[in-house]
Amino acid sequence: MNDMTPTREQRTAALEGMGCKRKRVEDVRFTQGKGNYVDDVKLPGMLHGDFVRSPHPHARVKSINSEEALKVPGVLAVITAETLKTVNLAWMPTLAGDVQMVLADGKVLFQNQEVAFVVATDRYAADDGVNKVVVEYEPLPPLVDPFKSMDPDAPVLREDLAGKTTGAHGPRKHHNHIFEWKVGDKELTDAAFSKAEVAIKEMISYHRTHPSPLETCQCVCSFDKVKGELTIWGTFQAPHVIRTVVSLIAKLPEQKIHVIAPDIGGGFGNKVGAYPGYICAAVASIVTGKPVKWVEDRIENLTATSFARDYHMTTEIAATRDGKVTGLRVHVLADHGAFDACADPSKWPAGFFNIVTGSYDFPTAHLAVDGVYTNKAPGGVAYRCSFRVTEAAYCIERAMDIMAQKLNMDPAELRLKNFIKPEQFPYHSALGWEYDSGDYHTAMRKMMETTGYAALRKEQAEKREAFRRGETREIMGLGVSFFTEIVGAGPSKNCDILGIAMFDSCEIRMHPTGAGIARMGTKSQGQGHETTWAQIIATEIGIPADNIQVEEGNTDTAPYGLGTYGSRSTPVAGAAIAMAARKIKAKAQMIAAYKLEVHEDDLEWDIDGFRVKGLPERTMSMKDICWAAYNSVPPGMEPGLEAVSYYDPPNMTYPFGAYLCVMDIDVDTGVYKVRRFYALDDCGTRINPMIIEGQVHGGLTEAFAIAMGQEIRYDDDGNVVTGSFMDFFMPTAVETPHWETDFTVTPSPHHPIGAKGVGESPNVGGVPAFSNAVNDAFSFLGATHIQMPHDYWRNWKAAKDLGAVA
Amino acid sequence: MIPGSFSYHRPASVADAVKLLSDLGEDARPLAGGHSLVPMMKLRLASPAHLIDLHGIAGLKGIRRDGNNLLIGAMTTQHDLLESQEVAGSVPILCEAALLIADPQVRYRGTIGGNVANGDPGNDMPALMMTLGATYRLEGPQGAREVAAADFYQGAYFTILEPGEILTSVSVPVPAAGHGYAYEKLKRKVGDYATAAAAVVLTMAGGKVATCTIGLTNVHETPLLAVDAAKAVIGTSLDAAALKKAASAAEAIMSPAADARGPVEYRKHVGGIMVTRALQRAATKAT
Repeated sequence: MNDMTPTREQRTAALEGMGCKRKRVEDVRFTQGKGNYVDDVKLPGMLHGDFVRSPHPHARVKSINSEEALKVPGVLAVITAETLKTVNLAWMPTLAGDVQMVLADGKVLFQNQEVAFVVATDRYAADDGVNKVVVEYEPLPPLVDPFKSMDPDAPVLREDLAGKTTGAHGPRKHHNHIFEWKVGDKELTDAAFSKAEVAIKEMISYHRTHPSPLETCQCVCSFDKVKGELTIWGTFQAPHVIRTVVSLIAKLPEQKIHVIAPDIGGGFGNKVGAYPGYICAAVASIVTGKPVKWVEDRIENLTATSFARDYHMTTEIAATRDGKVTGLRVHVLADHGAFDACADPSKWPAGFFNIVTGSYDFPTAHLAVDGVYTNKAPGGVAYRCSFRVTEAAYCIERAMDIMAQKLNMDPAELRLKNFIKPEQFPYHSALGWEYDSGDYHTAMRKMMETTGYAALRKEQAEKREAFRRGETREIMGLGVSFFTEIVGAGPSKNCDILGIAMFDSCEIRMHPTGAGIARMGTKSQGQGHETTWAQIIATEIGIPADNIQVEEGNTDTAPYGLGTYGSRSTPVAGAAIAMAARKIKAKAQMIAAYKLEVHEDDLEWDIDGFRVKGLPERTMSMKDICWAAYNSVPPGMEPGLEAVSYYDPPNMTYPFGAYLCVMDIDVDTGVYKVRRFYALDDCGTRINPMIIEGQVHGGLTEAFAIAMGQEIRYDDDGNVVTGSFMDFFMPTAVETPHWETDFTVTPSPHHPIGAKGVGESPNVGGVPAFSNAVNDAFSFLGATHIQMPHDYWRNWKAAKDLGAVA
Repeated sequence: MIPGSFSYHRPASVADAVKLLSDLGEDARPLAGGHSLVPMMKLRLASPAHLIDLHGIAGLKGIRRDGNNLLIGAMTTQHDLLESQEVAGSVPILCEAALLIADPQVRYRGTIGGNVANGDPGNDMPALMMTLGATYRLEGPQGAREVAAADFYQGAYFTILEPGEILTSVSVPVPAAGHGYAYEKLKRKVGDYATAAAAVVLTMAGGKVATCTIGLTNVHETPLLAVDAAKAVIGTSLDAAALKKAASAAEAIMSPAADARGPVEYRKHVGGIMVTRALQRAATKAT
């Protein structure tokens, strides 16, 4: 061995495999403005479409007159529901089992609803045409407040459902009722409450907000009349699902549909569903025979495509006097807007909200969710969270603080007392989940020690005294949050979308020189898959990550997968990658055994190749095996080195974390300062710590925005009043607090590499941390629960209502 | 978010611009930095058939001292203001306020003239100009005239500008040496208009306020001079009672609209606090 022989550490480092803070390979193009987004797609003869939208939240459409619009130079067509009816596309199915108008059919049900689609030679002409379409409306009374949706005299929103007493998820109780979903043991839970020594009850609202990716939803549809083929470039988080849905609703053979999701500028759940713009652009292309581009503007994105949350959660906890929880009872009123267009797995009308028992050992629980229609935009997507998990985490984490206050216990202490214990995993929750793994006490204690929690509480007590003495007008809050996520949808036994099981896939093809390409059914929107997927392969098969090209988003080349949302990519596709890589490795071992003239059982894996047991000098690198796979395989073996894996996960993964927010609030102005924010995340095996840190920073920033002001708000007349980034809080670097990140590692026992998801944890755990900090700050003045969002004026109002401001 | 079609004009002199505006009438709008007009056009809330771009008029840009006045050309950007040693030395409150306007990208483009001439109650410079006693030079088909900033604003987006008139420069009397100043602006985030803001320029003598002017931003359909509030602190050492009196007097003339920044009561309340804080901070800067 000479000095040039790399050490084992050097060989491992050269792979840039799992655990390496590998720089994001996609950033080379993104930071130079060389990404290729949908709006970069420019085809010869391409037309542009734009929508006429309703100014009314609820109105009958008496007539649509396109005469003047068609006179505008460049305007070629105005598509209405009547046009779409000729191809049976005036309505489309939603992922939640409802139907949704593509274009207004007889009436409009929310402000900015799509009414007509103007097609023109350029975007300016299209917009000129939009302004010339004359629509005659007869306004109807709007239904804005979900709590009034099931009043006996509430206006009928969905006339198309008249007489339908059963929906996709069972019986409907009222003309504006969508579903009722019940989980848990009601009798046992009611009994726990009747015996409870202490109980709390609070209506905890999680307001309507929006994922608001910087790139809005958009597509280019190009129909080739000769071949009968439709190609769609679009901002799709789940391109294969889009292909299948288009095939089913447009009655086109699936092989004649090509869906391509190029670079995507953020999704956060906004780009999972199908929107009227996609259908209209496709129909317009079929009608005109030319490619048609549709690009949403900011107002359209915020007001029409897929809001998130809007859950109103009446929450009760029963407990013993010494703080042991004995029961949880939750009723949710879910405002779904005008159509039920949630993007949840089909059997889950309220997503995985039944994770609402959180990190605590509730002996019994009961949950009921009522979904209702209102005159608001449809949606209910998972905004950087697994399905309805952030609502559930907010609900339980707020409620635990309220219980701690009632018991006069420290909120951290109450949590420690009720955590599921490490030895209880796998843990069966009262609402039906099997938590795979966790060590909550260690994470919580590490958070408390690292932040100096006890000292912060002491400081808070002193500041409260100073406030009472009139020496300061600032109050201090500590927001504790301990969340359990449920990610990785999902096992085919309980997860599907429109009947398609929620597996995911990977195909790896190694080239003779020791390089390769990996294709996945997922689709990055900024998560860095091109970087991290290659790292898994690097560690599994010993080929440097730099030599692995990762490709996603083209349904013609990628294996079928269910896409990227709900933190499912690493738990599901990440497992498929490892399994495909292991198939490659298994074949590689046979080739190596043949070349080294030993039995394959005599070989052992060593970082980047095989070596003969007991003879460490006798090795064959994976690079050399790749070459051999194409020219000297063992007799009887097919040449080549490639593998496909479709992975149906046996269970979800359950990442968790302990967060602390330290906040100071000036009661006179309501202005807050996040003094400190500490986030400890346990996502099991860590593939790329730098990307995890980036994900946590991004998710915390969104959580900060949501808790402190980000809201889609409607006035009493049903007008949406938050249609721009002026009023919809999108924090800049100036407003964003500094983030401290930390971790523990509790690998998932059922995942091939032990990884869980992480992208969404900070949004899920962050929101309760901020909200609990505000509530904790005001608690000594008598507050029990202050609704989000906690923007300046609402903080001032809270102070005023509590008598702290004159 | 796509504007309608319009004709674009780029005159090389004020006379040409005035002539274009006069000839084209109400269908024409002058274009400075475009940060108010262009968003309105994108929403089709404004659909001028003609845009008269003032960027081609060399004489409209620049800052110079003229005796006891600072002359600022209408097309001077907020960034130019921030870069100017003359402004920093003689009217530093302009720098303090300019830094609170939007973000660097907007400040590279947004102009003083556009900010003060548009009549947007959310803009920061108008109340400041009233506080400083500035005058605007307006040039139109009938010639030029000088108008006090305090007389310029008549309603939201409604000023005394006559058809065909262009605001060409702003003249700011340089405040007395040793003056104290502060611009306190409460906003929700970078780039936002003020929930409420107060400008204070004062002088102190023997620990007491000798002179004081207070201006208010975005708490009324026009910028305001809080005359009674200023009177309330003159001769005082800005003790708690005087500050309270000033805040109350200022709140009495505020009539903000309820919006996403908060209800009327809140916006007035924090308006009073901005006055208090601006007075206190200005006093610490006075020598």
